[in-house]
Amino acid sequence: MSKHTLSVLVENKPGVLARITALFSRRGFNIDSLAVGTTEHPEVSRITIVVNVESLPLEQVTKQLNKLVNVLKIVELEPTAAVQRELVLVKVRADNETRSQIVEIVQLFRAKTVDVAPEAVTIEATGSSDKLEAMLRMLEPFGVKELVQSGTIAIGRGARSITDRSLRALERSA
Amino acid sequence: MTEQAGGAPKPQPRAPRNGPQPTATVEHLTGAQSLIRSLESVGADTVFGIPGGAILPAYDPMMDSGSVRHILVRHEQGAGHAATGYAQATGKVGVCMATSGPGATNLVTPIADAHMDSVPLVAITGQVASKSIGTDAFQEADICGITMPVTKHNFLVTDPADIPRTISEAFHIASTGRPGPVLVDISKDALQAQTTFSWPPTQDLPGYRPVSRPHAKQIREAARLITEARRPVLYVGGGVIKAGASAELRALAEQAGIPVTTTLMALGAFPDSHPLHVGMPGMHGSVTAVTALQKADLIVALGARFDDRVTGKLDSFAPHAKVVHADIDPAEIGKNRAADVPIVGDVRDVLADLAAALRAEEEAGHSGDYAAWRELLTRWRETYPLGYDLPDDGSLSPQQVIERIGRLAPRDTVYTAGVGQHQMWAAHHLTFETPATWLNSGGLGTMGYAVPAALGAKAGRPDTTVWAIDGDGCFQMTNQELVTAALNRIPIKVAVINNGALGMVRQWQTLFYNQRYSNTALHCAPGGDDGAAPPPGRGTRVPDFVMLAEAMGCVGLRCEDPADLDAIIEKANSINDRPVVVDFIVHEDAMVWPMVAAGTSNDEVQAARGVRPDFGDLDD
Repeated sequence: MSKHTLSVLVENKPGVLARITALFSRRGFNIDSLAVGTTEHPEVSRITIVVNVESLPLEQVTKQLNKLVNVLKIVELEPTAAVQRELVLVKVRADNETRSQIVEIVQLFRAKTVDVAPEAVTIEATGSSDKLEAMLRMLEPFGVKELVQSGTIAIGRGARSITDRSLRALERSA
Repeated sequence: MTEQAGGAPKPQPRAPRNGPQPTATVEHLTGAQSLIRSLESVGADTVFGIPGGAILPAYDPMMDSGSVRHILVRHEQGAGHAATGYAQATGKVGVCMATSGPGATNLVTPIADAHMDSVPLVAITGQVASKSIGTDAFQEADICGITMPVTKHNFLVTDPADIPRTISEAFHIASTGRPGPVLVDISKDALQAQTTFSWPPTQDLPGYRPVSRPHAKQIREAARLITEARRPVLYVGGGVIKAGASAELRALAEQAGIPVTTTLMALGAFPDSHPLHVGMPGMHGSVTAVTALQKADLIVALGARFDDRVTGKLDSFAPHAKVVHADIDPAEIGKNRAADVPIVGDVRDVLADLAAALRAEEEAGHSGDYAAWRELLTRWRETYPLGYDLPDDGSLSPQQVIERIGRLAPRDTVYTAGVGQHQMWAAHHLTFETPATWLNSGGLGTMGYAVPAALGAKAGRPDTTVWAIDGDGCFQMTNQELVTAALNRIPIKVAVINNGALGMVRQWQTLFYNQRYSNTALHCAPGGDDGAAPPPGRGTRVPDFVMLAEAMGCVGLRCEDPADLDAIIEKANSINDRPVVVDFIVHEDAMVWPMVAAGTSNDEVQAARGVRPDFGDLDD
């Protein structure tokens, strides 16, 4: 099994996310992470899905996704040719003794302290999942009170855009 | 976000599709009138349905429609199967209509059935008023959510202005690419509101682009494999019938001399009587067809999907064969069996292009020689024909009943079937020479399909004789549609193959459950000290199918003696002003052979109980 990052461009219409997630569960594929948002074109949303599958089932899930009428385009982003980011917000137990050590870790990972209270600090960090895992390992001994993570979002490196052509298709069909 | 409607500008109009005459002006009318005008404009001539609260506004203008005939069924499941029967018999899109809530949920089974068998179907349902959606209102059901996994696509319409475009898109999606069911759910307020209508509307389907032209390089590669093969088989599925490609199939098979096997969904795509036809493959396929695939060195799959009922245990299916897989749905290729040459495209184009590529190969001096292979298959066919034994006690043989119906029916009779033993016997013992003469529930295996599907087929092709071959279990699920048939003067003929049991389940109990017949006897109460039912044939005659048929306005006949068989079938054939039901009391122990037991390899095919064919050794 290996992780694959799929960028799925869909029509921005009601129920589209439900169609996609229902397809994954019906065909027996697990979603590792999911992130949804609009693109530079308001009619198009972009769903970034990380799946943990072999290459054959990946081909099958891509073909099945392509059959959904609201799906415009699917691109698999190779880790080496794409920038992938996640966001975490983590609330760590802190007191006068530990606070400075925590702030040091925050600086090491180029994260930010976004809230401070007498017994806790809240940290915001972005990065690849490896980096964030490493940071969380460092913070764990202080006591993680609450953790929230976003799904991965990803974009290809270089000047090319995956939305260009599908948007042209959108205009053509219109 | 995706879950909210976008307020984006509307796309620009695209060139109108071929279709009915455009309306000259924009008309002002209600959403309900717009719906009926849309159905008329898209060419729908028959709608099967039942009105109710939420869809009620649509039924008012329906009454005035000059071109849309509504057939009032007795249960929404009947509406759905009738629409699929209509679609398969005519090649047009079938239409069914129901109200919200239970009306809509009753359509789920036929929609799922159409999805599995790729039947073009548009289901229109009423929905509660848009303000009430999500409040658990009376007769509210999230039918779009419910049918999401069993439709090709579905729509919820709450703005009456969207009705013409949505109907146009629904028919387009249902009938193009790999056909399938599309559901259009329309809120009651959208049906009641004032709106405008013009035709044709502008379709807005940027993500829907079915491929139809096959890739030339793949065609050449397939042709090369065919000429190199020594034991090729054309494995023909229902896609060939959907594509209207029977003539192209026959041309290619005859040109290249390749044996043909037609699946349950493809019966009639290639003439049964043709010397190249080796029969139906699969769990209850002919020994020759099953074994031809097992021993083949090349399988050319055409509009077929390597279903588990065809392949048996997948990893031992056709172990020596390379695979050319042509299908209009890219997701079918490589889903179950890896393809050496994948071809995405309309199978009619694929067959025509393949024939041309094979001619080019031949001109270049390459052509396959399969004479020895054909001879071998002919020998198997002669050694292991489909057959049956007549019961010792002089009772009716179900296979013989079906065979005689087939012999005595007019040419090009359309047959429908339910699911079970009678379905397999019909597949074996009727003769299919032309496409769209065999309608059954192949993928979903829906018991009760036969009667409503026959109703729909006859409504679509009133001049054709339609025989429903049904079992007594199936018949008790949907026979109420005979009332619909009688009242609407749709004179179908129904053969109830009455063995007093859920026969196929009973067959499995005989073979795999030590003859413990749990809950399969249909016409008697569980009795005896051990709770076991008496043998099915000796049960009561509850219900009496002859009286039941008469009560529903049909002619009821019964046949128990082989001596009367032909006369009773002839009598049924002679009645054309009313539906006819014939209750054939057949022997309860007849079984379907050949058979490959579930989960085993197709190499284990049994010609009859305990009889393994002997093929000797095949050199590779």
